[in-house]
Amino acid sequence: MATTLTLKELSKKEDRFTHGHRMCSGCGAPIVVKIALMATDYPVVISNATGCLEVSSCISEFTAWNVPWIHTAFENAAATLSGVETMYRSLKKQGKFDREVKFIAFGGDGGTYDIGFQSLSGAMERGHDMIYICYDNGAYMNTGIQRSSATPLGADTTTCPAGSVIPGKLRSRKNLTKIMAAHNIPYVAQASPSHWQDLAKKIQKAHEIKGPKFINVIAPCNRGWRSKTNDAIMLSRLAVNTCYWPLYEIENGTTKITVTPKQKLPIVDFLKPQGRFKHLFSPENEGLLTQVQDEIDREWEKLLKEAKTD
Amino acid sequence: MKPKGWKDLPPGSVVLEGGSAAKFKTGSWRAFRPIWKEENCIQCLFCWIYCPDMAVKVKDGKRGDFDYDYCKGCGICALECPGKKGQKAIVMTEEGK
Repeated sequence: MATTLTLKELSKKEDRFTHGHRMCSGCGAPIVVKIALMATDYPVVISNATGCLEVSSCISEFTAWNVPWIHTAFENAAATLSGVETMYRSLKKQGKFDREVKFIAFGGDGGTYDIGFQSLSGAMERGHDMIYICYDNGAYMNTGIQRSSATPLGADTTTCPAGSVIPGKLRSRKNLTKIMAAHNIPYVAQASPSHWQDLAKKIQKAHEIKGPKFINVIAPCNRGWRSKTNDAIMLSRLAVNTCYWPLYEIENGTTKITVTPKQKLPIVDFLKPQGRFKHLFSPENEGLLTQVQDEIDREWEKLLKEAKTD
Repeated sequence: MKPKGWKDLPPGSVVLEGGSAAKFKTGSWRAFRPIWKEENCIQCLFCWIYCPDMAVKVKDGKRGDFDYDYCKGCGICALECPGKKGQKAIVMTEEGK
């Protein structure tokens, strides 16, 4: 079931994620969710790890989800959905159910990179037919901006505060997209809400592939990133154009870069509008800034090489 | 709306009605109000796709006005609006002025 990916056609569809949710003003996550749900006509069942998205989309008797949705704990969005998917397969086998249903798990970076990692890894290894979408905002934003393993090098958070002792986070973020690719699952991708068509295409493609799929999507958080409320899309676009967040997919082990920036911008363009990197621009942290740029350049070169050889 | 007591809730407090959050209006959060200027609008619908609050009304593929019941006034639409001949079709104004 392919939906035509033009805004005019998409706008005629009913919202599967409705207004009235209580995410912060200018949050990136609902944009990711709405595009992800819009991209397909299949009936979907969602499992949602605890996180900003979960706590503010379903409060008391109000739910923003117009699709079946299961709230799970922080660590087991993938495990819960594995169970649902297994039951679905069983019911189908018994002839008690004949509709085609797709399964999507949503988790933030805390619920995916850290706390939910073992259940995600397990579900991917067992080969359940589902898509896991991580909306990565780079810290535990829901509980007050604590560092996660997705927090970038040098970022200021409440558990790695930039000051006279340390210049923000001392460690680099782990590359979860690559870690998921190392599970040898059929489809892994990285996407950004700023490139909505690319994101929607990846979701559509993933739905047509049987087996476990993983999509990592950047989702700016103006509270945690200490930026303005209106720059979620601008920042996610800069993340792509500075190659901080390259858009690529790995299908059956073959890497393909889906969007190559016309001109690779320096990483400072992405860091400057964000208050969490403010300290990096003081003279004593110049070395750290160079380190951030070097790391991005190195990763991008590596990705280009992989895309070339594959 | 009067909140329900525990006796009125379904077992496990399962929410049986999808999309019921629409009954909860978030428009009062707004500090800045987006104003749509139809004459500068090129109907690109970027405001619609990038709105985190589904607060841009679109009917039959044509952009309508904002849904101020839900718009939280983040201003993403105004920033992303390409406008016409350098004139934005969405401008932000301070509420209560």
